[in-house]
Amino acid sequence: MFEATQLNEQNRRVQSLVRILLLLMTVLLILPVIAILAVMVVKGGPVITLDFLLTEPTEGMTAGGILPALVGTIWLVSVALLASVPVGVAAAVYLSEYAPDNWLTRAIQLAIINLAGVPSIVHALFGLGAFVLFFKLGTSILAASFTLAIMTLPVVIVSTRESLQAVPRAFREACWNMGATRWQTIRHIVLPNSISGILTGVILEVSRTAGETAPIMFTGAAFFLPFLPQSVFDQTMALSLHLFVISTQVPGVLEGMPYGVALVLVVLVLTMNAASIAFRMSLRRRKKW
Amino acid sequence: MDRRDRHWYVDKIVAVLVFLGGVSAILFIIGIFVFVTREGLGFITTRLSLAEFFGSTAWRPTSNAHPTYGALALIVGTASVTGLAMLVSVPFSLGAALYISEFSHGRVAEILKILVELLAAIPSVVWGFIGLSIVNPLIIRVFDVPVGLCVLNAGVILGLMAAPIMTTLAEDALKAVPDAYREAAEALGATRWQIATRVVLPAAKNGLVAAVLLGVGRGFGETMAVLMASGHAINLPTSPFDSVRALTATIAAELGETAVGSEHYRALFTLGILLFVVTFSINLAADVMVRGVRRKA
Repeated sequence: MFEATQLNEQNRRVQSLVRILLLLMTVLLILPVIAILAVMVVKGGPVITLDFLLTEPTEGMTAGGILPALVGTIWLVSVALLASVPVGVAAAVYLSEYAPDNWLTRAIQLAIINLAGVPSIVHALFGLGAFVLFFKLGTSILAASFTLAIMTLPVVIVSTRESLQAVPRAFREACWNMGATRWQTIRHIVLPNSISGILTGVILEVSRTAGETAPIMFTGAAFFLPFLPQSVFDQTMALSLHLFVISTQVPGVLEGMPYGVALVLVVLVLTMNAASIAFRMSLRRRKKW
Repeated sequence: MDRRDRHWYVDKIVAVLVFLGGVSAILFIIGIFVFVTREGLGFITTRLSLAEFFGSTAWRPTSNAHPTYGALALIVGTASVTGLAMLVSVPFSLGAALYISEFSHGRVAEILKILVELLAAIPSVVWGFIGLSIVNPLIIRVFDVPVGLCVLNAGVILGLMAAPIMTTLAEDALKAVPDAYREAAEALGATRWQIATRVVLPAAKNGLVAAVLLGVGRGFGETMAVLMASGHAINLPTSPFDSVRALTATIAAELGETAVGSEHYRALFTLGILLFVVTFSINLAADVMVRGVRRKA
């Protein structure tokens, strides 16, 4: 009575065929990238020494290290974070705790999607037109970091809003019932309960910011500078732009050098991302409610 | 003295501050449009001829005697690279999303999702470098062509870049289909594949279209990778092995060499306006698609 019919058999065959096909597609999506990363490790790995990280480029950037680019990227990322985290967290608090369901809120959401979707080179044009020229910051770390901050603002907003909304509504209601104001509730209940989620978003933003190239090309990053930046009004080198420059603009670079720079950049970005993911997962497991 | 103590005022001030934070996103997006337009406007009002801009392939902004601004080859360049990238990445992304969401669960699904998320994090300049130093010699060797920086190279690189994002978005769209739909189909004796094709895919259709649209927008606006991998030659491509030049790459490569306020400088900002308007429209369309789904559900 319960024997498999021909249709059952056929369905099962199709099923397992499709399953294998889809798995193959998934693997084909991931495998090339892993192969490429392996090539980068093989070719770039030997280049990376303490010397490489801690000395300046020499002989017209064809040899030597990457110290100014590394320091420059740290400057750019730090200033961009200082600018975007307060604004991003405020925006997320508004969207999660205050915003009514009206056209303005929808417009804000659409604007956030678009800030993330506008091409990076358009952000660069904006940074040049607004910060460098109109606000007269010149090509400086400040102008470049502001451009990066606006570009990566959606990362902070989206992840912060998610972690704020994960705090149960009952927590807030209990606090309101004690006579606390909205801000007291946010300050003492909502933010402390979501701070680690917010940090996850910030780490993610660091990794996004460190890798961007186009937005800083015309706003504050220089091809080569013989000194380290002293203040936010100086120009600076940056890892991402340095990779572009030595792989396209400078002839006769030692073969392993660009691989080394690319590897440093990738390791930096992937470590940050992996940390953010690991952090998020441990939070999910630890969650008290 | 009334009851409005310090806390009351702090509360009001914070409400205003976070409101400003929220509205800042709108201000920034308007600011981008205003400032890019401000710099490009001089070109649009005095020099721009639509017939030349959209109809001519002669992009010669640095010619002394007679500079021309035909963006057709740049538009075709961007379109061909993005088109090829989508051809490569859409089937794979949707396939991977289907596998992760419908055919795997628990640990495997979790690991695949993390891998895809990590792939999305690789910076675009690194992708460009990969195109230049790894894919380029590969294409020369495999297809026996003189130059490997071409539509194929940029398309493959862009496809690999866009795929993780599309996979993540598509997987979200599939996950948004209520489990009750799947259970109902399973109770009728449907196999997983039948559930996927007859129930889940139709229900998630709009979200999937939105995922693809956002992937297109991403490819369209990608700058560094396309600049480094496409060969950067003004060309109407006739085969995947022709070099092309993209809109974004043109701005990135030429802006540094123009004088602020010159005709060439303003022409590059005009390209920026075009990029802004197109990506804005794509994002808007994707948003409308997704919201359409929510309203029905």
